[in-house]
Amino acid sequence: MASAVAVELPAPRDAVAARIVRAIARGPLNIVLAVLGVLWLVPTIGLFITSILPASADASKGWWQIFTKPSLATWGNYHALFHQSGLVQALKTTVYIAVGNTFLVVILGALAGYAFAWLDFPGRDWLFIGVIGLLVVPLQMALIPMFKLYDTFGLFDTWEGIALFHVAFGLPFAIFLLRNFFAGLPKDIMESARIDGANEIVIFLRLILPLGLPAIASLAIFQFLWTWNDLLVALTFGQNTTPITVWIAGQLREFGTSIDIIAPASFISLIVPLCVFLAFQRYFVQGLLAGSVK
Amino acid sequence: MAAPPSGAESGRLGRYLVGAFFLAPALFMLGVWMVYPAVYTIVRSFFGPTGFFGHWVGFHNYKTLFTTSTLTTAIKNNAIWVAVVPAMVTAVGLVFAVLTERIRWAVAFKTAIFLPMAISAFATGVTWRIMYQQDPGLGAVNALGKTISGVFSPAGVLSSAFPSTPTLQTTSSGALVLKTPVMPGGVTKLGLTGIAPDAVPKGAVQAVLPASKPGDVVGVVWRDFKPGGGKAGVVEKGELGLPGVTVELRSAAGKVVQSTKSAANGTFDFTKVSSGTYHAAIGAQTFAKPFGGFAWLGPNLIVPSLLIAYIWIWAGFAMVVIGAGLAAMPRDVLEAARTDGGTEWQVFRRVTVPLLAPVLSVVFVTMIINVLKVFDIVYALAPESEYAKANVIALAMYFTAFQGAGNFGIGSAIAVFLFLLVVPVLALNIRRFKREV
Repeated sequence: MASAVAVELPAPRDAVAARIVRAIARGPLNIVLAVLGVLWLVPTIGLFITSILPASADASKGWWQIFTKPSLATWGNYHALFHQSGLVQALKTTVYIAVGNTFLVVILGALAGYAFAWLDFPGRDWLFIGVIGLLVVPLQMALIPMFKLYDTFGLFDTWEGIALFHVAFGLPFAIFLLRNFFAGLPKDIMESARIDGANEIVIFLRLILPLGLPAIASLAIFQFLWTWNDLLVALTFGQNTTPITVWIAGQLREFGTSIDIIAPASFISLIVPLCVFLAFQRYFVQGLLAGSVK
Repeated sequence: MAAPPSGAESGRLGRYLVGAFFLAPALFMLGVWMVYPAVYTIVRSFFGPTGFFGHWVGFHNYKTLFTTSTLTTAIKNNAIWVAVVPAMVTAVGLVFAVLTERIRWAVAFKTAIFLPMAISAFATGVTWRIMYQQDPGLGAVNALGKTISGVFSPAGVLSSAFPSTPTLQTTSSGALVLKTPVMPGGVTKLGLTGIAPDAVPKGAVQAVLPASKPGDVVGVVWRDFKPGGGKAGVVEKGELGLPGVTVELRSAAGKVVQSTKSAANGTFDFTKVSSGTYHAAIGAQTFAKPFGGFAWLGPNLIVPSLLIAYIWIWAGFAMVVIGAGLAAMPRDVLEAARTDGGTEWQVFRRVTVPLLAPVLSVVFVTMIINVLKVFDIVYALAPESEYAKANVIALAMYFTAFQGAGNFGIGSAIAVFLFLLVVPVLALNIRRFKREV
């Protein structure tokens, strides 16, 4: 995390007494924050424990019973889930949508971002203002017309249709983020490359993409998480081809009795973004800080 | 084509072409998926449910939007979201950001708080639905509530019992008073039924009708029931005494004179009672109901429940963005304020917060936009039966257009309304950019 990795200088060796006094003074603060930290983790932990308890145990007592009866834990729910073809198919669809649209957003966003940052053509700033205007347009504005258009062009109920919708609505942020980052790259590198006879495509591939990698990584992680977690778009444009969120939503009607399906499936759906987030936390936070206008 | 274009012209054309090459794919996507649909939706909102031709309805869809109760509920709820969430998220984030600067394990704390940001709002809804279950035996929130309320108002020994004979009467306070008066030397019988075998207090033994003692009021409180029924009002073999019950001796005026607890066989003894007439009674606390849990997902609490879960998600976002602002703050200003004798609170109020104002406003505005568009968490967390109560604009738009009636006219009007709400932010973003250029 950009801010979390605050440089901790080794504390000067001050008097032991002073250190003890300070530790005691901070004791309550440490305790309060520890309680808050645990409180923040409890729901996710509760979901995980619920997912490894048999349905009968879930229905009779809360998930914390595992602390007195650890023997209840079982992978049975997960085992059963993966043998239901529905979930595996939904998971595959989620991966196609999330990976496919992220790939496209990065490419199209980088091309446009470069154009807005370094190419000089008439009307450039006006076009960019248009892109900024699109940043906050709610996707509800496009659901009805695209529903009709998809129907006409056979994109309804396909993962490609859902992915393309995400590409379009991811692009304003992508262009905004990358344009700002590219614009901050040193100008003389670009100019010396031009003098050396490199054309714009070579500059883009050989200079901009490698130098812009931190911003591209931020964007890719953002877009991946955002689309992996989407519900509304998939709910609207999918019917049989649905990602995991919609698949779980279909089970919600019988929340009480299907908890042994809903809990593990939800946990599967959140473990992937969680790992991505933990692995690339730094890029995620950078993206957040660069673009918290969306 | 005839003559080659002059140098300047070819440069201009070339720049157009290169720009077009880089921009065309993105502009195509934005044009087809965002600009065209936006125009379509605005136009569509002035037509009826079935189509364009001959179905012009003017502003009728907008009128419906503000007069149909499910839709006005959605607008009202969204107003509550806007009023509560951005302020709460910003405040919580600010407090967390400031406090984490003083602990050594800030990275671990920040990761814990930030974690929900990676999880989908949908999965969060499912997660909190497990937390919010009403039965305190199942839902963690109510289990916590039960533990806390158990400390302040413990459940009674016999929460479901009722009298076995009509001589024992319920008072408005919930206590049971024996109508038959008693004088010193008397014996009272307080029979109760409706107690399940596993609800009988631990250690109960065969009930005994005590012998009268001069100067004392004695009696028995017992489970006036045995397999097969038994005779009401008579202490029989096989009927258990009820230990630990609070028994009161009340004066004729109803004042509690003495109070004691029954023994294992149900007997109790008020000693040295001065002469007069009294009533024996069972204290109300005996029948206090255990904490049954709040209906977090019921019609009255569903909106606050949603707000709590949503704040849980976004607090981490605010904390990280504000934390970055804090890290970038000039340290010497804070130090100067401290050396000048400012208390921590004064420094926070007068220096930190004003310096952070731009960052705080970014968080606040971002949250307003997020909250206006909120959908997934309501869809997942609110039970379908409570959608009407929990409704928000985005949810109403989805259900109006794509479920049930499938009314594209009103659906479009709702979408346009949502768009109009974010237009001020849109203008703000553009103004900020123009100032930068």
